[in-house]
Amino acid sequence: MMDGTKGFEDAQTGEQKIRNFNINFGPQHPAAHGVLRMVLELDGEIVERVDPHIGLLHRGTEKLMESRTYLQNLPYFDRLDYVGTMNQEHAWCLAIEKLTGVEVPRRASLIRVLYCEIGRILNHLLNVTTQALDVGALTPPLWGFEAREDLMIFYERACGARLHAAYFRPGGVHQDLPPQLIDDIDAWAEKFPKVLDDINELLTENRIFKQRNVDIGIVNEQDIQDWAYSGVMVRGSGLAWDLRRAQPYECYDEFDFQVPVGKNGDCYDRYLCRMEEMRQSAHIMRQACAKLREPENQGDVLARGKLTPPTRSDMKTSMEALIHHFKLYTEGFKVPEGHVYACVEAPKGEFGVYLVSDGTNKPYRAKIRAPGYAHLQSMDHLGTGYQLADVSAILGSLDIVFGEVDR
Amino acid sequence: MTEALKDLGTHLELKRGDSILGWEITLDELTVDVAPASLKGFVEFLKTDATCKFTTLIDITAVDHPGRAKRFDLVYHFLSMYQNQRIRLRMGIHEDDMVASITENHPSANWFEREVFDMFGILFSGHPDLRRILTDYGFRGHPLRKDFPTTGYTEVRYDEVEKRVVYEPVNLVQEYRQFDFMSPWEGADYILPGDEKTEGSAK
Repeated sequence: MMDGTKGFEDAQTGEQKIRNFNINFGPQHPAAHGVLRMVLELDGEIVERVDPHIGLLHRGTEKLMESRTYLQNLPYFDRLDYVGTMNQEHAWCLAIEKLTGVEVPRRASLIRVLYCEIGRILNHLLNVTTQALDVGALTPPLWGFEAREDLMIFYERACGARLHAAYFRPGGVHQDLPPQLIDDIDAWAEKFPKVLDDINELLTENRIFKQRNVDIGIVNEQDIQDWAYSGVMVRGSGLAWDLRRAQPYECYDEFDFQVPVGKNGDCYDRYLCRMEEMRQSAHIMRQACAKLREPENQGDVLARGKLTPPTRSDMKTSMEALIHHFKLYTEGFKVPEGHVYACVEAPKGEFGVYLVSDGTNKPYRAKIRAPGYAHLQSMDHLGTGYQLADVSAILGSLDIVFGEVDR
Repeated sequence: MTEALKDLGTHLELKRGDSILGWEITLDELTVDVAPASLKGFVEFLKTDATCKFTTLIDITAVDHPGRAKRFDLVYHFLSMYQNQRIRLRMGIHEDDMVASITENHPSANWFEREVFDMFGILFSGHPDLRRILTDYGFRGHPLRKDFPTTGYTEVRYDEVEKRVVYEPVNLVQEYRQFDFMSPWEGADYILPGDEKTEGSAK
């Protein structure tokens, strides 16, 4: 080797032969927000190729759903994106209601809007603050989680569970809210912008935070079409596309809110969009609380009929009601034959359910369209050309939760 | 909403009548049945035509109907953010049919087609990287087919002796619980003793 037959060679020239380096990002990486294995091909510190390997949290939700009744399937939706749980139940309920033609009572509709916005704040607080954690800020999650704790208590007071709510039901919501809870939510929403101001002060003009996020992971209008983006990924780039506004569902059309948009489509603008969306959500929550107190919006929260259980008092006095209750929770209700696609503006983007019914008490096929799935596949497109450290910033701003990506 | 969809349906029929087998509007949703051979051209038309502009691919999925000759229904959902409209394409394909991949027009179709391949075993021609996506490395079978058992065929555990995760055939201590809750007077088809004779004598 050292006899000179290979021509001139020394330590320095040997060093300069640089080969591309493959590393595994995950499956247990704190910035992956779950179990994601990403194979990164690096040229020095520049990312050349990103290959996400997903499915480590695949639980076969869609297969399981085919052997369960419609009502039994509802809690599976909490376990998809386990951060904004009720928003996903909402899509399932909307699909069933669309197919059966059931009208949701006014009060239930308002409660749904209220809790969807709570879910949106829950999600954005987690995303904004943990994305900041990914790029090096430790305090924001601690502050954000304090507010999330309050919100989860509101979840708990409405349905008994802090995360896996199973609160929205086909035909309404499970139970009415006590007046005290509405007052508490209203009071919370009033002072919540103060919390946002604090986080705002901590991050928005923070030098390190801006260095890590500005001009990173830029999305333009063409990317939005090519990679099927939805939600904040679209709005961060200047397109005011929000399903609550564009294709209103529930009673969003009577609420007053703005759709914030970014200008540059980078991670920083997406952060700003999420911050402003939380303010808008708090604004919607206050309106919903005010509407819930109005005398004309009192009443039942379930469309009593085949889809929903009878009232407790009916069950004590009427034999038919008792039979109905028993049959509903064992056999379940039947949904007319047909197929339907229902979608909601979930905090992460467009969350949809394609439901195929064959007229029995179980869905023949239910396909869950998760926004994170479409977003994550563009990691190769977004990450290529940036540095290794930017991968976690981009991944954080895509807002990925593996419950919904892997299903 | 329905009026606009009707206009869209007739527009499509006029322009691309050769690739459309039929269209219907149910529950304010437009479903177009497409011939598999003309899928790719039709998707491109939907994307570029000024009145359609279905530039966002929402979802690709399949529905398994084992009883039919054309076993799978392949379903595409598109959204136009510019026209604020949605459309659903549906096409029946045989079990061993190859479907043209639409990744050229919609790069986002990549993972959706991989998922359909993984879950149903439908092959896409022209797909750049048709690997399994959600199931385990080295997984066999296609889980969302109706003839695939919900329990699967294998289970995994950590073997203390071999010091690694081992795969074994599924061994259930208890039968998989699949309750039939259908009403006794409409669900089950009871044949009482003696009934079979009346059925036979009627013929």
